[in-house]
Amino acid sequence: MEVLLAKENKPEEIEMRQAYGEALRDMMDQNMPVMPMDADLMRAIGLLPYRDQYPDNIVDCGIAEANMFGVAAGLSAEGFIPFPHTFGVFASRRGCDQVFMSGAYAKQNVKVVGSDPGVLAGLNGGTHQALEDVAIMRAIPGMTIIEPTDAVMTKELTYLAAKTYGMFYIRLFRSKAVKIYEEGTKFQIGKAVKVKDGTDVTVIAAGTEVAEAIKASEIMKEKGVSVRVYDMFTIKPLDKEAVLEAAEETGAIVTAENHNIIGGLGSAVAEVLAENYPVPLERIGVKDTFGEVGPADWLKERFELKAEDIAKKIEKVLERK
Amino acid sequence: MISNEKKRQLQELAINIRIQCMKQFGHLGVGHVGGSLSCCDLMACLYGEILNVDPKNPGWEERDRFIMSKGHAGPAMYAALALKGYFPEEELLTLNQPGTNLPSHTDMNRTPGVDMTTGSLGQGFSSGLGIAMGCQLKGLDNYTYILLGDGECDEGQVWECALFAPAKHLNRVIVFVDFNNRQLDGFIDEVLDLGNLCEKFETFGWHTVDVADGNDVEQICSAVEAAKRVEEKPSLIVLRTVKGKGCAFSEGNPLNHNMPVPAETAKEAIEELEKRKADLA
Repeated sequence: MEVLLAKENKPEEIEMRQAYGEALRDMMDQNMPVMPMDADLMRAIGLLPYRDQYPDNIVDCGIAEANMFGVAAGLSAEGFIPFPHTFGVFASRRGCDQVFMSGAYAKQNVKVVGSDPGVLAGLNGGTHQALEDVAIMRAIPGMTIIEPTDAVMTKELTYLAAKTYGMFYIRLFRSKAVKIYEEGTKFQIGKAVKVKDGTDVTVIAAGTEVAEAIKASEIMKEKGVSVRVYDMFTIKPLDKEAVLEAAEETGAIVTAENHNIIGGLGSAVAEVLAENYPVPLERIGVKDTFGEVGPADWLKERFELKAEDIAKKIEKVLERK
Repeated sequence: MISNEKKRQLQELAINIRIQCMKQFGHLGVGHVGGSLSCCDLMACLYGEILNVDPKNPGWEERDRFIMSKGHAGPAMYAALALKGYFPEEELLTLNQPGTNLPSHTDMNRTPGVDMTTGSLGQGFSSGLGIAMGCQLKGLDNYTYILLGDGECDEGQVWECALFAPAKHLNRVIVFVDFNNRQLDGFIDEVLDLGNLCEKFETFGWHTVDVADGNDVEQICSAVEAAKRVEEKPSLIVLRTVKGKGCAFSEGNPLNHNMPVPAETAKEAIEELEKRKADLA
């Protein structure tokens, strides 16, 4: 792993979906047997322009997710590497049994891509907000769960997922994120990235919450608190070493995820701490409630996912230290 | 048309498959008797005539693929695979025992000759179509055969597949429906009436064949020949079968979907089948 952090406030060049599409395009150009598939959301994920260019690779299955994941499993059995995409809600809920049985139970090599994680479902509202997808996928044996943080990471992880045999759930934000990494950064599946060093407390975050955690660390810096931040982009298998190192060295942990606090990153970290090295833990996440419609920023505020909320949790966990 | 000699061979193979089914169920004391026995004649046709496969090389790239989407009929497939030489017949007695390679529902990672893991109904249809698409993309000219149960056709996923295969020109797919007219809770038209399955699939763009006696090896082979002649569409073959076919204790028994099979019952059934085999000769 070789991490090149971007300078603060450097604008992100491209949307994450563009990075995802370019990675797939590059692999198709290299004649890797990758097969992007979709359930009538190619326009949403930005693959439509490629459809006519790669007619043998790209399969639009229509709005029939169960069949799409089943066909993906069959293609995998023949040696192809399918990337079936739909919104995270449908990938995890509608296609759950197919992803489980034809995919994971049958030991296939399917890269399930669920876009619009958590509250970042645009104005599609509560029906489309994947707040339980990670919890569902975590309960499936052998499933690797990754949540890219920015465009650079999206591209790298798309390559890595294709090159790593096994079932993946890729939780993908489609739009422009906050730039965290520079081109050339090399990631390792299952290894968290320490994006900020600190000694008093650690925030373990994933996806768009990483940028909020970094902001929270700055808020707390002004108050004289030294905050360490981990980008835990692999939610399963969790980087236990990083969690335990943070627990031992900083003695308090806050998790931050754009997901229900039940069953996601916070739960995974809590399990590791409780069994190995209990330290005070606070969790940022949607508190076991359904999503609702509204602009992303308003929703982040509504569900207390912002840097200020993380800062408050840091103060709370420090009181318990 | 198959020759008379071939017909007799396939009939004998079907009886042998039923005998091996009874050995598995009798040893275990229970099993999915009805749906296994109803498709033994199809298994005989597939493994005795239709499938281009090599038991010594189960992963042979050019082979025809077969997906048992009604995964609970695993014992009928295992019997055929053992008789074909994929693994020793003695292994059949391990059905559903701890650590077995022959689990209740077919598993590609455990049993040589099984091309896809199935069990959750409807899923083998989709994965079979994915396999057929993969074979087509690799330029193979093999066939992919899929066996569905009639009750399985209740699943919405089956109808997603019905749309998908013709739309994606998966024309070297031949799907069988083991229409034994019963599902767990009763007759097909009582639980959820499927209506005219052939008509429905034809409107979805499939070529269909309705086989009046789906336990007749000659009619099964003819239907497959007819299906292969139609090159511009996938084919669906409805086999009108009898659930629990071939053994007095199970044929016509409305509770034969999953039933106890005491060792003595299995022994009697095997004697009955052996006698029929002798008559055949």
